[in-house]
Amino acid sequence: MTLHTFKRHVRESMKSLGRNGWMTFASASAVTVTLLLVGVFFVVMFNINHFAQKVENDVEIRVHIELTADNQQKNALRRQIEAIPNVKEVRYSSKDEELKRLIKSMGEEGSSFRLFEQDNPLSDVYVVKAARPQDTVKIAKQIETLPFVHKVNYGQGTVEKLFDALKVARNVGLVLILGLLFTAMFLISNTIKITIFARRREIEIMRLVGATNGFIRWPFFLEGLWLGMLGALFPIAALSIVYYNVYQVYEQWVSLPFFELLPFSPFMWQLSGLLLVIGAGIGIWGSVMSVRKFLKV
Amino acid sequence: MMIEMQDVYKTYPNGVVALNGINVRIKQGEFVYVVGPSGAGKSTFIKMMYREEKPTSGKIIVNGVNLAKIKDSKVPLLRRNIGVVFQDFKLLPKLNVYENVAFALEVIEESPKAIRKKVMEVLDLVGLKHKVRSYPNELSGGEQQRVSIARSIVNSPKIVIADEPTGNLDPETSWGIVELFEKINDRGTTIVMATHNKEIVNATRRRVIAIENGKIVRDEAKGEYGYDASYV
Repeated sequence: MTLHTFKRHVRESMKSLGRNGWMTFASASAVTVTLLLVGVFFVVMFNINHFAQKVENDVEIRVHIELTADNQQKNALRRQIEAIPNVKEVRYSSKDEELKRLIKSMGEEGSSFRLFEQDNPLSDVYVVKAARPQDTVKIAKQIETLPFVHKVNYGQGTVEKLFDALKVARNVGLVLILGLLFTAMFLISNTIKITIFARRREIEIMRLVGATNGFIRWPFFLEGLWLGMLGALFPIAALSIVYYNVYQVYEQWVSLPFFELLPFSPFMWQLSGLLLVIGAGIGIWGSVMSVRKFLKV
Repeated sequence: MMIEMQDVYKTYPNGVVALNGINVRIKQGEFVYVVGPSGAGKSTFIKMMYREEKPTSGKIIVNGVNLAKIKDSKVPLLRRNIGVVFQDFKLLPKLNVYENVAFALEVIEESPKAIRKKVMEVLDLVGLKHKVRSYPNELSGGEQQRVSIARSIVNSPKIVIADEPTGNLDPETSWGIVELFEKINDRGTTIVMATHNKEIVNATRRRVIAIENGKIVRDEAKGEYGYDASYV
């Protein structure tokens, strides 16, 4: 394809947006409405995911070592733990350190535990982290079988429930987003089909004067691209403004310690890019699918 | 030899037999009228030549290529050597005269400079140089048909096929269109024109091919229309 042909396609696709004014508006609106919904969903989903990741990363396994184990045996145990697949990190914490942690976590009442500083009843601990938080339970079960392990603690019961809940939340979100996108594609391909139906005469004449299918498809392809991107502009602007304000208010006035919103930058830039790409994608898909049936000889 | 048909049969999927054994040769530079009652197969006969329809059996050789055999992807290349004109003009209403004609050249990726030159030349030929910026709905029927003829010849095809080009026009305008076709024919372009216009056929005395029930029933060098005006 020569450069001036490409320029022609770009020019034609732009002109055709203007010529088909109302249809352009209808198609772009379809993209706008869907992307607005999809965008809101993405914001919620990404934030939930962010929260979930934070919580999951806090999950760790505390391996209490038998009091009778000597240094050599402790080191052997460490190597065995490290040999378990998907173990990311093993950190040693002596019983003195454990006591300090305990006292600290008790606050005011912690001082009463100071008595134990003379004769510490706690055991030394290995703190183990899994590469994927979901593997925590499996790894913990394996560690339990190792020698010189007195007790394994990872918040049994609670962790399983937490992971289950997060998994459900993620899957539900994914299904909803996919459903929305599918609806959007259907909506847009229908709108574009109507515009192209009105233009089948144009396609017929193009074929009559010897245009190849590729040549005919190009302007429609570009038109779909413009439509999709045009339709993405409003949702991007609206979501950015709303999110920016919500973020400011939350950080300043609410700000719960265990739940933080994703910061505006870079999150909103990434989301805007994503929405633009999705808009362009469904625009192109819709127009290419619709023009296809008019190109059969 | 530009157009040749050998034992061409065409049966449509609904069972209608449109062509029932056609054998014909049309030489380069000829001017041929195709006449016959409505529904006799004229349109199918014409459509075969630019491969709008494929024959059920038989050979159609245009420019040395058998159209019955070529792939769909080669059809656009074939069309670039054949100009086609219709009764309903088939102009794009949202493009002006210049753009409608230039369309045929943009499609074959001519350079913008060459497009400008060729379009103005051909609009001069059809006598519409002064209406370059007009839109189809601002033109008379005759003028619209001139635009459509200009588009069909702008890339200098060897053959122009016209399917009842004067069907929607009054007698006086029709004469103008036929004179234009004669002018194009004088430059060496083959013209194949299906028509119901008795006066024009009888007055110009060109080759006449008459089709009835899917067969050529008459093929005369300087023929007459041969039907009553009531067929129109």
